[in-house]
Order: sequence, then structure tokens, then C-alpha cells
Amino acid sequence: MSVAAAVERTGGFIERLSDVLFRRPRMLTLLLLLPPLIWIGVVYVGSLFALLLQSFYKLDDFSGLVVHELTLSTYAELIEEAHLQVILRTIVMSTMVTLACAIIAFPIAYYAARYARGWMKAAFYLAVMTPLWSSYLVKIYAWKLILAKEGIITWMAESLYLSWLLEAILALPVVGGPSLSFSYIGTFLVFVYIWIPYMILPIQAALERVPGNLIEASADLGADPGQTFRTVLLPLALPGIVAGSIFTFSLTLGDYIVPQIVGNSRLMIGQAVYTLQGTAGNIPLAAAFTVVPMAIMGLYLFMAKRMGAFDVL
Amino acid sequence: MTPAVRFQNVSRRFGTVRAVDNLTLDIAEGEFFAMLGPSGSGKTTCLRLIAGFEQPDEGHIEIFGETAEGLPPYKRNVNTVFQDYALFPHMSVGENVAYGLMIKGVSRADRESQAKDALAMVKLSGFEARRAAQLSGGQRQRVALARALVNNPKVLLLDEPLGALDLKLREQMQEELKALQQSLGITFVFVTHDQGEALSMANRVAIFNEGRIVQAGSPEDVYERPRSRFVADFVGSSNVLAPDFASRHGGTRCWTSLRPEKIALAAPAAPVPEGHASADGTADLISYQGPVTRITVMSEGLRLVATVPATAGSVKQGDRVRLHWPRRAMFAMEDSA
Repeated sequence: MSVAAAVERTGGFIERLSDVLFRRPRMLTLLLLLPPLIWIGVVYVGSLFALLLQSFYKLDDFSGLVVHELTLSTYAELIEEAHLQVILRTIVMSTMVTLACAIIAFPIAYYAARYARGWMKAAFYLAVMTPLWSSYLVKIYAWKLILAKEGIITWMAESLYLSWLLEAILALPVVGGPSLSFSYIGTFLVFVYIWIPYMILPIQAALERVPGNLIEASADLGADPGQTFRTVLLPLALPGIVAGSIFTFSLTLGDYIVPQIVGNSRLMIGQAVYTLQGTAGNIPLAAAFTVVPMAIMGLYLFMAKRMGAFDVL
Repeated sequence: MTPAVRFQNVSRRFGTVRAVDNLTLDIAEGEFFAMLGPSGSGKTTCLRLIAGFEQPDEGHIEIFGETAEGLPPYKRNVNTVFQDYALFPHMSVGENVAYGLMIKGVSRADRESQAKDALAMVKLSGFEARRAAQLSGGQRQRVALARALVNNPKVLLLDEPLGALDLKLREQMQEELKALQQSLGITFVFVTHDQGEALSMANRVAIFNEGRIVQAGSPEDVYERPRSRFVADFVGSSNVLAPDFASRHGGTRCWTSLRPEKIALAAPAAPVPEGHASADGTADLISYQGPVTRITVMSEGLRLVATVPATAGSVKQGDRVRLHWPRRAMFAMEDSA
């Protein structure tokens, strides 16, 4: 009868290599991380740095060429009235979109995390994810048709004898316009629609981790549902809300397609960057504009951390 | 006197399962009441009906004479210690304990001093600033207890609160809980599947099976005088003697309970003491358990389990032995179920 040896000392190159890596797990980690580190380090951070550098150059007004000298004059240009308005408009829009997404997403995420089971849960994921699978442009053009003067909303308002309401909404100063598809309201609606999955999923993940008996414990200790929401549910869901708002806020800050197709002709940061680096050829100012969302997001994360949004992680 | 908790013909169904089935029960004020039963026997649902997390489908529940059905948990003056403690992870220990007071609108200074007292009561002084995640299981258990007791509940509900602790800690907490209940005088309702825990802590024990209470009484009562085979078996594993066997060995012709520790082990053909019944058999499984040894003996086709002092001698598997026990240790049960 043959007896298996207690110790095997055989094996080819691959086997010996895996033996070495088994003994040196750090080496394995390094080997696995090296390619993505090179990618992120050189290609991504490198180009980001190049972009930052561009914003400290300036455009020579006379020749239209970039002057490769370090200067702050491009930033001085950035805070001129017209450019500041672009920045402010974009920040207000991003804030409104983020707030609306959070308010609409929370109940949906709560339902999915706490009540949906089995096929209901599958249906939830499908409903949230499928819009992400279809083309971004198709969705936006679809919305343009929905919101247009000849679109379904106008038609519905007429059928329900609510045209006066639609007209009153469109007559609102600043946010209104000739039709929904040429107004801030329209831009806002489309933004909320396309970014909302990015808000629902993180909130749902955060709520999924809140044990049900914490809600019961809160009720047991005398808290009515409103108090439980404010003191237990909301603080525990906050990391998810912050994560979702990072998506919706930064995606809106940088987007240049939605406001181009649905909205009035006033620029947002993304469009300003697009125009400046393209037709105007003002790379330094375009670079300075892109620094703005980065600075805002950095500040936002810093404040969220200071307020303890990540304490429960 | 008004009972602390009264159930009148209460039923709670989940789908087709009757978790609690037409249950009637009174729990007196100041009692340490244990609900004992296997999982799925309805004891936890019963507790949740008192807390208000469940509402009865039928029947009537009173807490200190007031109708409880229809009231949400936050309108009931009862508090719960949850099985896995349910401490709020985003709050410190002090904030956890003071939570109920904060909800009631007690001023910060007052609730901090009351939380401090409550933590002192469970021997956790100075733990206010810590997070729940930094505590051991036993410490979390104490925080959960302090968080419930700080509200001066009329009834304290405990849902298997010691289940997650190791043996040593569990025994210590059992004594502390009992002492705490005696000094506070609050009605404790305690759910457990551990019969030792129920017997050692409670004034009164209710044994649950399939949504009903099959027997309720003092710990001595349910242990010494089990009314059915289920109780005899569940409350400290018992030998259940078939009617034939019982009548042949000094009992009546009934299903009869005989506790393993009442049985003595002797050499084959040894004299049987006055007032004792005996049976001869062959030793089968022998398991040493420290202070006692547990011996299974096959006798007349029946398995008899005896727990004898570990010093009782060196019986080996296959040895012929004689078992004897006092006749009065045999308890005839009303119910064969």
C-alpha cells in the first residue's frame, strides 16, 4: 500500500512561485497593487497636476497664446462678476439637486432596506439600475421632449384644466422660462432624474446596516416615530446620505450636457470649461474653472467629517 | 390587587402559525416571572405583545389595569432589555443610558446625573464617555439594563438577555439580576430557553409549548411536579417511565417522571433500602461531568439516566448494575403528551 508523504517538495515554477507568495503576503499585495498604482499615480494624478499647473498660467490677450509663467491673474479673472455668476449658479443648482435627490431617495431606500424581500428586492434593484444602463443622451433628449411646449406635460396640464398652473410656474422669475425645457426647473428635473440612483443606493446600503431592533429600542424608550427618525435613523443613515450627495453634487457641478440640452442659455461650470478650452482656446481659465468643483468638494468633505458624518463607519 | 400584566384569551398569528394561542395569564406586581420554552414556543412573541412591538389578533391585554392593545411601544411604561442589547452605535454609553430621559425632555444636567446613578447601579461607573463598540458583551448587557431601568419602568422585559454571555459571566449576572430585582421591587418578565436560568432566578415559571402555557408555578413546583411529559423533559431532563414500567417498580400505572439525581447506583444484587424501588440493568454510556457522572442504564428495554456523585465508583460500560430510588421521587403525571 502506498502512503502519501507528509510533506510535498515537488512542483513546477508556478507552484514554487505561489509557495513564495504564500510565505510573503506583502509581496503579493505589492504585485497586485502595482499596476493600478502606476495608473492612478502617473496617468491620473499626473494629469490632474498638469491641469492645476495650467490654471497658474495666463492667456496673452493680444496673441491668444498661453504664457508659461506662474501667475495668479487667471484666478483674478475667475472672480470677475460674469464668471462668479456661473460658479454661483452651478453651486445653487447642485445644492438644490442634491437636496431633492436626498428627500426623494430616502423613503425609497428605506422601503428597500427594511421592507422589500425576495422578488420585491430584485424589482427594486432593477427599477433603480435599469435607467443607468440606457444611454445618458437618449434619456436627456427624452426629457427634452417630455418637457417641451408640445410635450406630454403641457398636454396633461391642458387635459386636466391646469394650464394656468403650468403657466404660473413658468412665469416665476429666474427659474421659469418660455417652456419647461428652456428653464432652470427643467434642468433641475432632469438632473434629479439622472442622478437619483447614485443617491438611493448608498442610502439603502447605510440603512441596510441599521439593525431593526435599534428602531424598536428607540420606540421602547419612549420615542415616537418622528423622534426615532431624527435621533436614530437619520444619524445612522448620514454616511450614506453624504456618500450619495458627493455623487449628485459633484456630478451636477461638472456636467455640461444636461444644461446644454435642457435649460436656458446661461452657462454652468461644465459648459464654461467646454467653451473656454474649445472655441476660446483659453486653457488657463478653463483649468481654473475645473479647480472650483474640486475645491468645493474638498471643503464639503472636510465639513462633513468635522460634523461627524463618518463617525459610525 | 391588580396584576402587573394580564392576558385574557390572547392570540397572535403569523400567517397560519399560531405563535400565541388563546393565552390567559396574570403576572403579579413585583414578581420575577420567567417564560421558559423551546424556540418557536411563543414566549418571545408574548414578551413583544407586552412591549407593544406586536399587537394581539384576539384577546385583551392589561398592564396595571390599563388596556394595552392598540397602544404603540412608546406609549407604554415598560422597557425592554434586548437579546443583543440594541445599543445605539452613534452614541456614547452615557447618551445611550440617558436616551429615554432625553426623549421625555429631562434637562441635560438631570439626565446626566440619573444616567450616572443608573450606571453605578450596574457597576459601570466612569464608562459614560465610551462607545458601545468598545465594551465587552457583559458590559453591553449592563448598559442595556441601565438604559431600561433609568426610566423607572412599571415592568422590565428581558429577552434572553444572558444568551450571548459565557458561562461564568452568565452565572454572575443571574445573581446580580436577582439581587437587583429584589432591591428595586420592579416586576421582571424574563424570556429564556435555559431551564437552569429560569429555575434559579424566577419566583414563578411558565413553560411554553406551541403558543400555550403548559404549566406555570414556582420553580420547585414545575421541577418536582411536572404535569406532562413535555415539562418533565424540558425542565431538567427527566426519566419518563412508561405506565407499565412505573407500576412494576412501585409507582402507579401512569406516565411517571423520575429525576436522574434521585437515582442511586449500586452493585448488582445489593440490598435495596427501605421505601425504595429498584431496577437492574446494564450500564451503557458513561459521561464524566466534573462533580457528577451521568450514567445511562438499559433496563427492561428502557433507557434510565442517573446522575451520581463522581466518586460513586468505577462502573464501566457493559457492567451489570442495580439502580434504586425513593418511591416518593416518582411523580405520576396527569398528561401523557
